[in-house]
Amino acid sequence: MTQMTTNPALAIEAEGLVKVFGTTRAVDGVDLSVAGGTVYGVLGPNGAGKTTTIRMLATLLRPDSGSARVFGHDIAHEADAVRGLVSLTGQLASVDEDLTGRENLILLARLLGLKRPQAKERAGELLDAFGLGEAAGRLVKHYSGGMRRRLDIAASIVVTPQLMFLDEPTTGLDPRSRNQVWDIIRALVSEGTTMLLCTQYLDEADQLADRIAVIDHGKVIAEGPPAQLKASVGSGTLHVRLLDPEQRDEAERILAGVLESVHLEADPAALSAPCGDGDRAAEAVSGLSHAGVRIADFSLGQPSLDEVFLALTGHAAEEHDTEADSKERAA
Amino acid sequence: MSTASIARKDAIAEGEKLRSALASTPRPPRASALSATLAFGWRGRLKVKHVPEQLLDVTITPVMFVVMFTYLFGGAIAGSTGEYLDYILPGILVMSVLFTTVYSGVALNTDVTKGVVDRFRSLPIWSPAPLVGSALGDTVRYLIAGTVIIVFGVVLGYRPDAGVPGAAAALVLVVVFAFGLSWVFTTLGLLLRTPSAVMNAGFMAIFPLTFLSNVFVEPETLPSVLEAFVNVNPISTLANASRGLMDGNVPGGDVAIVLGTAAALTAVFAPLTSHLYRSRG
Repeated sequence: MTQMTTNPALAIEAEGLVKVFGTTRAVDGVDLSVAGGTVYGVLGPNGAGKTTTIRMLATLLRPDSGSARVFGHDIAHEADAVRGLVSLTGQLASVDEDLTGRENLILLARLLGLKRPQAKERAGELLDAFGLGEAAGRLVKHYSGGMRRRLDIAASIVVTPQLMFLDEPTTGLDPRSRNQVWDIIRALVSEGTTMLLCTQYLDEADQLADRIAVIDHGKVIAEGPPAQLKASVGSGTLHVRLLDPEQRDEAERILAGVLESVHLEADPAALSAPCGDGDRAAEAVSGLSHAGVRIADFSLGQPSLDEVFLALTGHAAEEHDTEADSKERAA
Repeated sequence: MSTASIARKDAIAEGEKLRSALASTPRPPRASALSATLAFGWRGRLKVKHVPEQLLDVTITPVMFVVMFTYLFGGAIAGSTGEYLDYILPGILVMSVLFTTVYSGVALNTDVTKGVVDRFRSLPIWSPAPLVGSALGDTVRYLIAGTVIIVFGVVLGYRPDAGVPGAAAALVLVVVFAFGLSWVFTTLGLLLRTPSAVMNAGFMAIFPLTFLSNVFVEPETLPSVLEAFVNVNPISTLANASRGLMDGNVPGGDVAIVLGTAAALTAVFAPLTSHLYRSRG
């Protein structure tokens, strides 16, 4: 398959995008630069401005200021050219619940210029590829969450887009469906589609993205490859939960002897400390058990989005700005 | 563990199919304005098939009105139930079809709230195609609603003097007017927040307008202020025109006014709907 590689233009080039809803600056000067053929993760909590940013890039919403180009086409002045290159999926755009899965895909295929027989053939091919062959004749309102999400993605690739906007593609899915969606995304990327992936999960961005922008209050607060981002936060965290909360002070003292900056969690039996090294973690945990501190469970995990936010902003990734968020959705 | 590995294998098999599905999509030339519009018309017709409840809701009410008014009040109003049926049926045809137009606004609002509109707006198509296509698709709904009432009237003993051609002409005229009126409700559908708000506002407007017309009673029997209003109500003109067409004395003036009103509603509210649709956040 030949790609548009004659022009190595950036897939997305945004400068100073701003969108204001009422008194809320939902997007407050976002710059983005996304290379073609890559997956670019946009990470942030609800209401951070992710969806509004995508809606502007996908020509659904006019920026109040700033500009952006998609494969060299201006989103404001060449909206139609942009629409010919992109597709939306996830919370952004939906499928029609009152039609069957097959009808949804045939409708989109016809809207994208396929003749009726080709549209039917293409719909059948996609339903098969997405494991929806059996459900093809059922109304979408009777689909499960995972089936719906797969149909949604199928609807976005009836004609292979150059650039795909994925807005929280796995939010609310069970682990199996989530893995299926991730596999689909990887397959699309290997075919050369550029992805802009919005997510609340660092894990998801880490699994899929080549670069990540962390967005908060409408601004990009950090940008870089996932490894670099995580390194800036600390590579992992040891979480320990005790059987007896009474022993927490003692546990804190013991952990502080091995690890730096031990943190007391809101849970009165839990502690955590940044720790990138498995041996150090093992040493810390065995120190606790030698001292007779009884442990309910412990884990050594990647930093969560919360921890990334804490490190980058000094505040937790709470769902602030729910007003802006509901406006975002209503808009 | 084993279910996980089976799931994994399934995913991989799907991945293989997906790769082949992906590799075979040369981008076709863009859909023309006409074919995009026709595709949306097709979608509208599918909805009649998949969501027949909506059509049922709006046809049951007029059917109940025919029965209730004819047999309860018909004798008192017109002297006999048969004579009143002759008077009321063309009016109920108007009522039934106009009620159905409210659903065009409800459907558009549903598309907005569910996010389907965002997908359509992100496609490289003639931008009014979803609106024009739906409006055309909805005329199928209007035709069905109107036909149900006419057939029901015939079952009760209604016999239009102008026969099938007369009834067909009246039906077409009512549907043309409904097409024009539906743009008012699609405008409303883009201004209000929820489908039920559109439904309530729509019926709050259409219900009194239908009763304050000559659909049910001769205006001469009304107090003069009311009579004046009833006589300028476009629904009265439409009911008169459809009565005339069914009776075989073609009311040229009324038909012209009805067509003019439909054209005016379309000229004002279709561009307004289109503007709201394109400029929405």
